[in-house]
Amino acid sequence: MSVLTIDGVWKNFHGHHVLRGIDLEVAPHEVVCLIGASGSGKSTLLRCVNLLETVDDGTILLDGKEITDPRVDVDDVRKRLGIVFQAYNLFPHMNVLDNITLAPRQVHGVSKGEAEQQARELLARFGLADKAGAYPDQLSGGQQQRVAVIRALATRPRLMLLDEVTSALDPALVVEVLGIIRELKESGMTMVLTTHEMGFCRDIADTVCFLDGGVLLERGSPEQIFTEPEHPRTREFLRSVIGSGRL
Amino acid sequence: MTWVKSERQVERERVRRTRGRRSASVATASTIVFLVLVVWGVTNSPGWPRVQETFFSPEQFAASFPDVLSGFLLNVKIFLIAEPLILIVGLLVALARGLKAPVFFPLRALATLYVDVFRGVPTLLVIYLIGFGLPALELQGVPTDLATLGVIALTLSYGAYVAEVFRSGIDSVHPSQVAAARSLGLSHGRTMRFVVLPQAVRRVVPPLLNDFVSLQKDTALVATIGLVEALRQAQIHVASTFNYTAYLVAALLFILLTIPLARFTDYLAARTQRRRGA
Repeated sequence: MSVLTIDGVWKNFHGHHVLRGIDLEVAPHEVVCLIGASGSGKSTLLRCVNLLETVDDGTILLDGKEITDPRVDVDDVRKRLGIVFQAYNLFPHMNVLDNITLAPRQVHGVSKGEAEQQARELLARFGLADKAGAYPDQLSGGQQQRVAVIRALATRPRLMLLDEVTSALDPALVVEVLGIIRELKESGMTMVLTTHEMGFCRDIADTVCFLDGGVLLERGSPEQIFTEPEHPRTREFLRSVIGSGRL
Repeated sequence: MTWVKSERQVERERVRRTRGRRSASVATASTIVFLVLVVWGVTNSPGWPRVQETFFSPEQFAASFPDVLSGFLLNVKIFLIAEPLILIVGLLVALARGLKAPVFFPLRALATLYVDVFRGVPTLLVIYLIGFGLPALELQGVPTDLATLGVIALTLSYGAYVAEVFRSGIDSVHPSQVAAARSLGLSHGRTMRFVVLPQAVRRVVPPLLNDFVSLQKDTALVATIGLVEALRQAQIHVASTFNYTAYLVAALLFILLTIPLARFTDYLAARTQRRRGA
């Protein structure tokens, strides 16, 4: 059964259609990469899955259960999702360890000792063992983003949503964040991500979806999308990306 | 490779030192000139001998000091009790105004009404209304002790200001912080408690302490319902001697009380800076 099923989702902002009937299926352990120009609706789609935005039409199913039903408990849905934002959004008044253990302790009822041990293991796994006591503003952007990924991971989510997680980083730091995502894929995590890093997208995605003006124009394997895209808009987009030196 | 200071750098540092010395001497000289002018201006005014006698009399200072000080202890007591109460009232009201669930509509409306009313009514009026009105009801359990009534009045009045300070602090926390917390599955309440409030409170400490400095002075207003605190004690002295030095004593005591709070605010600000800059 699919982890995530998006069916005919529409979203308007002030009369402007940001999503126009999006359909998407994500299978267990699948990595889906959403590409497209800024404003194509990639981030909005992720925010709809996370219920940070309410859809204006259509349904979204998580593990076969509808989450777009207004009667659904949003906190219960979010417990099963991990999201990482472009701007990290770490809690500045908490150190790294507290940032990571907040949700396991307060939402999932894990004891302090167990949550901290688990957090330290994750930090060690991603090369941040010495940063447990540091505050977010003492870390580089790349380190902050890796902590944000660990924070999302610490609740053992069913599905990870990564929203342009490298867009605020300089090229040297992009590498370390992409490394951690690659490792997540190898561990079998189901992920939906939006990115402007086409090389990375090609490398990591099982399925690539091209969004344009709120429509999912084309989907396929990375090979197919990047070498023989069918739609002229996709070709145009990829040409402009290559032109800007990002592939 | 070791660094040997170049001629150019040595010259630069010499120029900087010279400039530093020059600005220090200019500041000293202008301060001295300013003080001399002020003192000369005041002491040469035609009424100065009279003012000196009625406001700066050492004998009157010594005579009124013990009484004014004993009255002042009541001011200290009132604000020490009122301050924690105000913090609690302010925080609860600010939180009530942020409740979105429809069940809480009456609570939210009540909180808004409370802030509107008590921020609009002058503190002095609130003290009159509570001090004379509340005991007049003759209800069972309503306090009649004047100090208690004074504390209640000040808490009601300042609670409304402090609630708005808290609310502005809560509003100043970026929505992305709430999005991050809610995304982790935290409920509205837990998001407030663990993510929004800790950041909001840190930001509003300076304006809060500012309100408390103001409160410390306004404890003098309870004199109007008959409490004998510093201002009243000073008035009693003035009335019997026709010398205003007792007022000066009261003013000095209030200043001495607010300075530690001001320094404490500075200390907190510096600590935040240090933590940020580390």
